[in-house]
Amino acid sequence: MAARDYDKDGVPYRTNIASADIPLPAVTDYGQVDREIAGTLTPSFGWFGALGVAVLLFLWGAGVWTYQIYWGLGNAGYAPPVMWGVYIITFVFWVGIGHAGTLISAILYLFRAGFRTTIYRCAEAMTVFAVMTAGLFPIIHIGRPWKFFWLIPYPNWRLIWPQFKSPLVWDVFAILTYLTISSTFLYVGLIPDIATLRDRERNPVRKQILAVLSFGWRNSDREWRNFTRAYLFLAAFSTPLVLSVHSVVSFDFAMALAPGWHTTIFPPYFVAGAIFSGIGMVFTIIIPIRRFFHLQHYVTLNVIDAAAKLCLFTSMVVGCAYIMEFWVAWYSGNAVEQDYFWNRVFGQWWWAAWIMLICNCILPLSLFSQKLRRNTIWLFGLSLFINLGMWFERFVIVVPSLSHEYEPWQWTHYAPSWVDISLLVGSFGWFFMWFLLFIKQLPVIAISEVKEIVPPKMLHAHGGHGAHAVPVTAHGAASQGGAH
Amino acid sequence: MYDPKHWSGMAKRRWAMTVDLARCTGCSACVTACYSENNIPTVGAPHQGRALGPGFPDSHWDTRPGANIVKGREMSWMRIERYFEGGEGNETTFDGSFETRFTPMLCQHCGNAPCEPVCPVYATYHSPDGLNVQVYNRCVGTRYCSNACPYKVRYFNWFGFGEPARRQYAFPEPLNWQLNPDVTVRGKGVMEKCTFCVQRIREAEHRAKLEGREVRADEFTVACAQACPSRAITFGDAADPAWTVAKLAQDRRAYHVFEELNTFTAVVYLKKVNHPGGSVIASGAAPAGETR
Repeated sequence: MAARDYDKDGVPYRTNIASADIPLPAVTDYGQVDREIAGTLTPSFGWFGALGVAVLLFLWGAGVWTYQIYWGLGNAGYAPPVMWGVYIITFVFWVGIGHAGTLISAILYLFRAGFRTTIYRCAEAMTVFAVMTAGLFPIIHIGRPWKFFWLIPYPNWRLIWPQFKSPLVWDVFAILTYLTISSTFLYVGLIPDIATLRDRERNPVRKQILAVLSFGWRNSDREWRNFTRAYLFLAAFSTPLVLSVHSVVSFDFAMALAPGWHTTIFPPYFVAGAIFSGIGMVFTIIIPIRRFFHLQHYVTLNVIDAAAKLCLFTSMVVGCAYIMEFWVAWYSGNAVEQDYFWNRVFGQWWWAAWIMLICNCILPLSLFSQKLRRNTIWLFGLSLFINLGMWFERFVIVVPSLSHEYEPWQWTHYAPSWVDISLLVGSFGWFFMWFLLFIKQLPVIAISEVKEIVPPKMLHAHGGHGAHAVPVTAHGAASQGGAH
Repeated sequence: MYDPKHWSGMAKRRWAMTVDLARCTGCSACVTACYSENNIPTVGAPHQGRALGPGFPDSHWDTRPGANIVKGREMSWMRIERYFEGGEGNETTFDGSFETRFTPMLCQHCGNAPCEPVCPVYATYHSPDGLNVQVYNRCVGTRYCSNACPYKVRYFNWFGFGEPARRQYAFPEPLNWQLNPDVTVRGKGVMEKCTFCVQRIREAEHRAKLEGREVRADEFTVACAQACPSRAITFGDAADPAWTVAKLAQDRRAYHVFEELNTFTAVVYLKKVNHPGGSVIASGAAPAGETR
């Protein structure tokens, strides 16, 4: 029994981890936090190599996009009436990725879930870059991308406004709002950490830049009071966006008349799928980071375990939504709908549907095993399957509906072309380019928030202020860390 | 059926069409007429497929003849759909029950069009006289309208089929001489579809206005109706009982395609009525009554 109480890193674990209170026993003082997290900012050859690959993929994608703009969208694999293809699938995929970041950083903050502390920065940065990636795809997708700004209600002398009934216009608002709020939230959370980096920086130019970016953070009580208020406010502001943004994205489909699209289950179904896919991506990112940056004692197995439970839960919500879709199609008595769903799973598109079902519903059931929840190799592999499965979920939503609608004369097939695949791969290059640049400029784990859960050393025992001395001291090291 | 009390019946006129399926022989004259009237590009030539750009002149990447046709990118605003009935299980020697049915399918100019509210830039909207209008200059090419359309009668310019400088140009000399000067040629990246020959409608209205009179019943017709040798297609104003189309739309055989979707279409099909037991002439039986 005693052997089971501690894992190989000496971190105690319990058979059931309470997500609210996750201690970091291997992190003992503030100086260590500053040193170890700021230490991750030194570039390595491996990082340069990864960045090089990401930039190359991005440049390839950008080149192919230029080619597509010049010649026309016919170079993509579109086969009417499959008028939406890889670009819309990839758009929904990246928007979905973003949602877990906001869930972890905002909703779990409001719910006081302790396991978010060491992974939220990573997840929030992932959100911002994923939304930046997603925002490109509607533009890539449209026939005349140089006119994309017509979807934005800007003043013009012709007094033409967008069609506010169109879900694509709602999309513009949803994505822009999401990008604004999540990048603000990420930046505001970074301010005390930027101040820490400023105090440690020796290069005067960089120090000056960091000083500006940290708004001259002085670590005063008043600043902390304002900061925590602002952070709480932004968390509350972001929370509804987790639900609303992907609901709006789902309206792109639910508001159209196509079988398989025109259903009321889409908003909750999309939100659950988005969070599920995002947690998959968090694992894909955080597991290599904690290994290569030696942060296993920050992102402990208990943290991973708790996040894996969230993954399992959302997987089952998504699975429930799949079952409901089939059930409703059968119960509706609508022959077109029934035929479409049969075709999706047992007909023309069986392979895509079964990739989706196996990756999203069956493989994640392994997370019922605590052993597998704490096995990072397994989780990393599983997260790749989740990413694959969630991309195919969007494929299964977009393509089979359009290829098998009301008109039997217009039933068709669809296959992506090399242009579609290049832009998909290029989007990963673009995303990881930003992410890799981020992790070498700014701390990937929130220094100030980790300090809040590290027990402070009681150097100055103030009898009169015992009640609130702890949090003040905890933050106090944020900028004093430079002394080490 | 057209309902003047319905909210979509906003204006004095409701341009509409009837297609008598009992008369349709599937000859495709309407399709051809539509191509020449509306400057519709053909997309099947080998040079119209994709290739690896100007630096790769000898590339054979999807420059096979009909590469775009295989991908379903034909632009025919009007198409003849063929559906086969009967004769199942015996496909080499058809029995008497085997039959081919034709459905000329074109934009139905729905009164309650699913394509209209989804366009983010108002490139498709409803005109006061019941037309479902596509504004090429405004279209940014989201193709959402096509996804929303249950009839799948919207066509996208995947390449610069209408642009002379491009290898996909559909009207190289001398084909450019047959272009209709009353109709624009569309650029790449925009959606297009049947307009109910809006240029003919406006011409008739303008002529009537110059002559200080109303448009007369059956004064003009659209290209497909004009070309139809069996006069299966009738076009006109369904809101004015003087027009032939208004009478035909009241026929007992009349129906709308996908009526259950509440699209309130302007195209009314007149059902082809079959008589049980094979040909009337062969069996010598008296014509059966209403079978609908």
